[in-house]
Amino acid sequence: MREVDLAVLREPGGGLVVAWMATLRRDLMLRLRRRSEVMNPLVFFALVITLFPLGIAPKADLLATIAPGLLWVAALLATLLSMDSLFRADFDDGSLEQLMLCPQPLALMALAKVAGHWLLTGLPLALMAPLLGILLSLPTGSYGVLSLSLAVGSASLSLVGAIGAALTVGLVRGGVLLSLLVLPLYIPVLIFGTGAVQAAVAGSDVAPHLAILGAMLAAALMLAPWAIAASLRISING
Amino acid sequence: MWRIIHQFGSPKGFYDFSARLQPWFWAAAVLLLLTGSLWGLLYAPADYQQGDSFRIIYVHVPAALLAQSAFVGLAVAAVIFLVWKIKVADMAASVMAPFGAAMTFVALFSGAVWGVPTWGTWWVWDARLTSMLILLFLFFGIIALRGAFTHRDSGSRAASVLAIVGVINIPIIKYSVEWWNTLHQPATFSVTERPSMPAEMWMPLLLMVLGFYCFFIALTLMRTRNEILRRESNKRWVRELVRGQ
Amino acid sequence: MMAFDSVSSFLAMGGYAPYVWAAWGVTLALMVGAVLHARAERRWLLRDLHRRERRQANAAVGNNSNAS
Repeated sequence: MREVDLAVLREPGGGLVVAWMATLRRDLMLRLRRRSEVMNPLVFFALVITLFPLGIAPKADLLATIAPGLLWVAALLATLLSMDSLFRADFDDGSLEQLMLCPQPLALMALAKVAGHWLLTGLPLALMAPLLGILLSLPTGSYGVLSLSLAVGSASLSLVGAIGAALTVGLVRGGVLLSLLVLPLYIPVLIFGTGAVQAAVAGSDVAPHLAILGAMLAAALMLAPWAIAASLRISING
Repeated sequence: MWRIIHQFGSPKGFYDFSARLQPWFWAAAVLLLLTGSLWGLLYAPADYQQGDSFRIIYVHVPAALLAQSAFVGLAVAAVIFLVWKIKVADMAASVMAPFGAAMTFVALFSGAVWGVPTWGTWWVWDARLTSMLILLFLFFGIIALRGAFTHRDSGSRAASVLAIVGVINIPIIKYSVEWWNTLHQPATFSVTERPSMPAEMWMPLLLMVLGFYCFFIALTLMRTRNEILRRESNKRWVRELVRGQ
Repeated sequence: MMAFDSVSSFLAMGGYAPYVWAAWGVTLALMVGAVLHARAERRWLLRDLHRRERRQANAAVGNNSNAS
């Protein structure tokens, strides 16, 4: 008992940073143990992008004009696909309840879980997007912006999607409902994400788009954790 | 002060109070809608550009305004329910959502129908129509989430959280859609935006808007009373009410 | 002053009849439908409540007669 108290007291914030890092590390480790779960969104992303030239026409100029939108929509759907599993396993084995019981604020602990999700979903998608951009003959010079906009945008997507995941985690068939709840809220991120890539293709200034994406991320970082925490409480006590 | 709020917020208090309020709103709604319709359809002059097709404005604009207000009302009710645990607020929210979705549909339908003579096509990715379409999906999401829970109280609270998240997002969605629209379709002719409307055109519009709002309030009161009867059916006052009839 | 000089010209809406009447018709139908639905809902609820009340009253009478 004494040792535990001392360990908590060693840090002035009541062990907040320790708990936060522990949650993040645990989530990353659990995800990395099940590689397929990390790989699935990436494979999905690549597959969807492969379908478009087959479904439309393999004309380079046509594909290049629609490439920013296609890449963004496919990446968005890939994130959405992985969203359902964010709290599912923890809900099933009861560790989500333990997370709720711990003295640190649930909103910040949920933020650690979202951060873990983004590190292994949003970030890999952003890094992989340029490869798929080559397949769609995306004009050179827009690859960096594509990755950057996806990295910033997918963090907002993870945060907003986590609200939907937390609301539907207690439901048996939450997956379809989750997309109905979350997709309308994804639209602003999609608009400015594709806007940034299109601006880069057109050679105009990309800074405003990226700034707005960053502003949306800041707003989501500030507000979404509270909504996630409230939703988790409803789903667990429900 | 608190006593009054508490009394009004209790199901029985609301049931009794709304019974007295309801007829006035119905009367105002019928009066305003009848006058507005007759004035708008018969007496308002035809538009010099769009002819008589502009008379769709008298249902399109009130429906669109009401749909957005219904979502705000939903979020306000959600806050009242989550913060002060006033159940009547959630009952009102549960009846506002379907009607809000219906009004969103009316706005979309009348907009599409109006588009045929104006734009020559049923659908244009106009900023207003697009944000109305997204609003419709938001309404669907809230209705579906409430229905997905077997436990009514969890469904209520989940729908309330989603309504609040949605209402924070609506301005962001609206502005980003508008920005996207100006980027892709510069200077399209917007049906509802006109330089100056003569009084004999906007007066009936004002009456229609007020009429739609009165109708919405009256219908919400009526259906909230139904919802109270449904959820409070085991309470003693409801049983006495039924026995007394 | 009226904008139309005859009933038929009013119905024709200056050639835009299908559009104007479709928009107004759908609006009217939805609003009237909402009112009718709310009234029917109230009727159903009250009927169910009455029925339940009667059933419970009957059950109470039955129990009393058994006891005596």
